[in-house]
Amino acid sequence: MRIRVAIPAHLRTLARVSGEVELQVDGPVTVSSVLDALEARFPVLEGTIRDHVTRQRRPFLRFFACAEDLSLQPPDTPLPEAVVAGKEPFFIIGAIAGG
Amino acid sequence: MSKVRVLAGTRKGAFILTSDGKREKWDVSGPHFAGWEMYHLKGSPVDPDRLYASQSSGWFGQLIQRSNDGGQTWAPVGNKFVYDGVPGTHQWYDGTPHPWEFKRVWHLEPSLTDPDTVYAGVEDAALFRSTDGGGNWEELSGLRGHGSGPAWAPGAGGMCLHTVLLDPADPNRMFIAISAAGAFRSADAGKTWQPINKGLKSEYIPDPDAEVGHCVHRIAQHRARPNVLFMQKHWDVMRSDDAGDSWHEVSGNLPTDFGFVIDVHAHEPETIYVIPIKSDSEHFPPDGKLRVYRSRTGGNEWEALGNGLPQSDCYVNVLREAMAVDSLDSCGIYFGTTGGQVYASADAGDTWAPIVRDLPPVMSVEVQTLP
Repeated sequence: MRIRVAIPAHLRTLARVSGEVELQVDGPVTVSSVLDALEARFPVLEGTIRDHVTRQRRPFLRFFACAEDLSLQPPDTPLPEAVVAGKEPFFIIGAIAGG
Repeated sequence: MSKVRVLAGTRKGAFILTSDGKREKWDVSGPHFAGWEMYHLKGSPVDPDRLYASQSSGWFGQLIQRSNDGGQTWAPVGNKFVYDGVPGTHQWYDGTPHPWEFKRVWHLEPSLTDPDTVYAGVEDAALFRSTDGGGNWEELSGLRGHGSGPAWAPGAGGMCLHTVLLDPADPNRMFIAISAAGAFRSADAGKTWQPINKGLKSEYIPDPDAEVGHCVHRIAQHRARPNVLFMQKHWDVMRSDDAGDSWHEVSGNLPTDFGFVIDVHAHEPETIYVIPIKSDSEHFPPDGKLRVYRSRTGGNEWEALGNGLPQSDCYVNVLREAMAVDSLDSCGIYFGTTGGQVYASADAGDTWAPIVRDLPPVMSVEVQTLP
């Protein structure tokens, strides 16, 4: 499946991309599998979204899709069908905090 | 003619300031990594175009950037800093045990002999080493495993390992300092460590003479005399003449013995510099006058240097990584402020002028003297 992923501006700079990223995800489309695919394509993002060891989401980042906050769902929860179908992007959002 | 390259890390990016040996006109490059906290940048002594930079963010964590062309281009290298074994706990601010957690790299110290070897001092305090140009990092866990780790505690800025001194005369000897644990020395290239805090007195810990727990802000050393160390502590300027085995106070006539930076003149091992800062908690220069203090006697007797620096209504701070010296014949002194100024003196501190005055808050300043 081709999954659309929107990442924060600073991570786009690191990955040297503009706009959304399209990823090929094989198997179940979950937060975990999308992030695996993202990090495989852009190794520079390893450690910037989730911890290298614990694989926990960094605390100032959130995961949204289809107007829902998916941040607290187990990482292996299937993403909404619209994301799987490529109709809606999966958003990685930096918290609005600090200057 | 020689050139100088000043590497300034700020809260919102890195800046590279270059000049010829006169140090009058400056080119400013940056911001590099705009929007990121650049805790420290430093060049390799054996390959000055090899630079390492610590790039971090509360949102996205830690990255390490490397340049092979003096900062014109950069590439991210390894950012996996994993403590060796079970990290255990240190003291939290309230005295309770708190798990060791990696937060950021405060200091990068390239090897004196190999451009691909670099040390990283991190928060929560530990020392890492890479031997492949920053690609992979391995903790030198003998430091954290010394046994006193559970008694270490964070200072206000976090529990950071901020000073790494490599002994130019002995490749196996190195010194580090931690806020707030103290100074440590290794004689076997970082495998094992011993605290070297005898003579330090700190009223903010239960036993003022304790082996560890001291909030050391910075240590400096002259390359020609590696057994002589100078320390700016959270109160007290200290000196050791025996590689840290013992320390004695040399605050002398300073207006306050609190401060963060300390450095040594490139050609005069007894000439040292500090910037007194008012504390507790104010953390700005006394009387609103920004003054560097110089001692030509290795401490105790200090003279104020303010020619060219603001002498009224100045309430900036100078953080611990934010002073450096060049090695031109007339030694240049540099420091950066939380107000965004980077000041330079091309005459060992007699006169000062800003290189830039409107950067984001400056966190670190390093300087390279180039052929």
